[in-house]
Amino acid sequence: MTERTIVTGSLRRRLVLQLLIVAAVLSVLLYFTVRGIADRTAETVQDNVLGAATIAIAEQLRADGSGISVEIPYAAFSMLGSFGQDRVFYRITQGADTITGYPDLALPEAGANRVEPVFYTTPFRDYSVRVAAVERRVFLNGVSMAVQVLVAQTRLGQQAIAERAANTAAALGIGFFVLALMLSLIASQSALRPLAVLAEAMGRRGPDDLRPLRHPAPQELAPLVGAFNGLMARLQGALSRTETFIAEAAHHVRTPLATVRAQAEIALRRAETEESRKTLRAVIRAVEESSRSAGQLLDHATVTYRSDQLAAEDLDVTAILGRVVQALSPTADLKDLAIVQDLADGPLMVRGDGVLIESALRNLVDNAIKYSPADSDIHIGAHADGGQIAITIRDAGRGLNGVRPDRLTRRFQRGTNVGDVVGSGLGLTIVEQVARAHGGRFELSQNESGGTCALLLLPQL
Amino acid sequence: MAPGFEVEEERLFPAEGPGSAELRILSTTDLVHFVPLIEAFQKENSGVAVLYTVASSTEAFKAVTVDGAHFDLVISSAMDLQMKLANDGFSQGYRSSVTDTLPDWAKWRDEVFAFTQEPAVVVVSKAALGGLPAPETRQELIAMLRDHPDLFDGKIGTYDLRTSGVGYLFATQDARQSDAFWRLAEVMGTLHPRLYCCSGQMIDDLQAGRIALAYNVMGSYADAQLKDDSDGTVIALTDFTNVLLRSAAIPSHADAPVLAGAFLDFLLGPRGRLLMQATGALPPLDATVLSAQTNQRPIRLDPGLLVYLDSLKRKSFLREWTAALLQN
Repeated sequence: MTERTIVTGSLRRRLVLQLLIVAAVLSVLLYFTVRGIADRTAETVQDNVLGAATIAIAEQLRADGSGISVEIPYAAFSMLGSFGQDRVFYRITQGADTITGYPDLALPEAGANRVEPVFYTTPFRDYSVRVAAVERRVFLNGVSMAVQVLVAQTRLGQQAIAERAANTAAALGIGFFVLALMLSLIASQSALRPLAVLAEAMGRRGPDDLRPLRHPAPQELAPLVGAFNGLMARLQGALSRTETFIAEAAHHVRTPLATVRAQAEIALRRAETEESRKTLRAVIRAVEESSRSAGQLLDHATVTYRSDQLAAEDLDVTAILGRVVQALSPTADLKDLAIVQDLADGPLMVRGDGVLIESALRNLVDNAIKYSPADSDIHIGAHADGGQIAITIRDAGRGLNGVRPDRLTRRFQRGTNVGDVVGSGLGLTIVEQVARAHGGRFELSQNESGGTCALLLLPQL
Repeated sequence: MAPGFEVEEERLFPAEGPGSAELRILSTTDLVHFVPLIEAFQKENSGVAVLYTVASSTEAFKAVTVDGAHFDLVISSAMDLQMKLANDGFSQGYRSSVTDTLPDWAKWRDEVFAFTQEPAVVVVSKAALGGLPAPETRQELIAMLRDHPDLFDGKIGTYDLRTSGVGYLFATQDARQSDAFWRLAEVMGTLHPRLYCCSGQMIDDLQAGRIALAYNVMGSYADAQLKDDSDGTVIALTDFTNVLLRSAAIPSHADAPVLAGAFLDFLLGPRGRLLMQATGALPPLDATVLSAQTNQRPIRLDPGLLVYLDSLKRKSFLREWTAALLQN
């Protein structure tokens, strides 16, 4: 009857996966950002050195009688060596004429600036070079001439720095990702903990536990808990209405049955023929059976209803037993049964619902009477035993006949050897429910000498 | 095919075993200093023939950069030209566990590798000084020359920077490091100096008594030549002494770069160093010597060396030098 729950995916896996996707994107972004910054920084550093070298050379531009001369300072090139072992090229031009240096080094497209060096990257021979270019005015024979100074350097040092930065960035990205992985595992666990707690609380509930869930729930789970509690409330309402209906119905059936029985007995006494007496006896027997069933249905409904809202009063079990035995002894007498009581001297106190406990005990004694052969003994005992009150009822009846005791406590289940005895199969269910409602236990076992022993354990007050 | 550059000396060391591999070395170092090294290398690498060609540093540079001559290794004492060779992309990189042990200042871009350290020294004839104390700094040298023109007039030897690459390198490094260089040049100019192309000739003339003092001589040559001479004294000036690093580079169009690398490893490795130590003319690179003698400053293999190769710079430097040294 229970349907298999259809499981699709896992919230945790989904959460972790999505966090990881975010982390991966961030890691990649981090990598490219760090790389970009490092690349630009390396380029800026190289540009600064190149610019300084270019200006240092430009400062040395002179005009003498024979033309423009320049004394390249040793430091100008030496400082370029500080930036790794890159190749150095230079060119000094006046207009289109190369005064000195490498004539095939490309001039800046936009022209050189007179104040600040212009930087550009250009291919030179087999290399990609970074160039700084600056322009100076030199007066030669009274004419102002534009002289451009270009200093170029290959970019291996810059690339080496960029490569180191890239490695660092990659390590950083991977580290970030691993950290994010661990954090997302922890985060998902912590985020889903209320759900797990709630699920566990729901799973722990007994099959008859229809109380609302009182567990604190986070905002997102509140609708679920609310819906669950609503469902429980509706279920309980429906159940209690059903029980009420059954009780009502049983009650309404029992009263007219009593009347029918009384009338039938009167008729039996007046009956003249054996045949009609037989018929009337059958009627009486059927009515008895129905009345009994109705009584038990009523009991069961009462028990079900009351075990949800248990009345809590201090009760003396011996007193209740006494009342039950007294009420049932006429029936026992009919079969010549002796009820042997072995009760504790003092009162045996439990806390619970008197109506329920009386109903349970009545069912047990009634069962014993029902299944005992005529002219036998029923032993009833009640003792305190280690914080519990043990009530035993033993008969010399037909026993369990191999049926598992827990089967007999289910609703409408009866033993395999009871076809000739009137019964509804509700009696033991009632006992079991009462025991559970009071935090006690109910056990059925076979006596060694045949017959059944019913043991009801209730916590002692 | 006749080479487009001037060859001073050339020798083929045929392979000892069977084999057709040939290593072509272009060098500015006299053959005699390299014979033991080449022969030891051939013993370790049988089947390798070695062609050793000697040319001047400018001719060697021209051979590789202009003529595109096919050599596997270029060995030169002209550090600036070796730097320019590498800077302009005429050499190829090489890395091995041996080259990795070189200090930063002794290699550039894994393309130029220094393998010797040769200080620029002053050589004096004790007899010619006539009891004067040997100068220890440039200041003392200037003072001595100024105070005793009678002893030194026409008796000073130094490189002719117009023809000697090494002389030009030493002079420019001097000028870069100290103003004393120009004062020294002025003083020498008044004493009618003799100009030489090579260290060997300067030492020869000193030993022959034609000159009393030689300035900026390759210390390795002086040590070797004056080993058994009680008169010639080698002085490493204590204000500073430039140390030249003889270097090797594998040209980009080498036919046998792997072999060249092997020879380089041999040269820089323990065997090569021992052999160089033994010949005396090629003191192997030794950072401990340099750190022990703080006046010795190795000329760093860095782009600064390119500055004095600039044609304008060279022209103006030589103009000033000529004006100072050749006063009449």
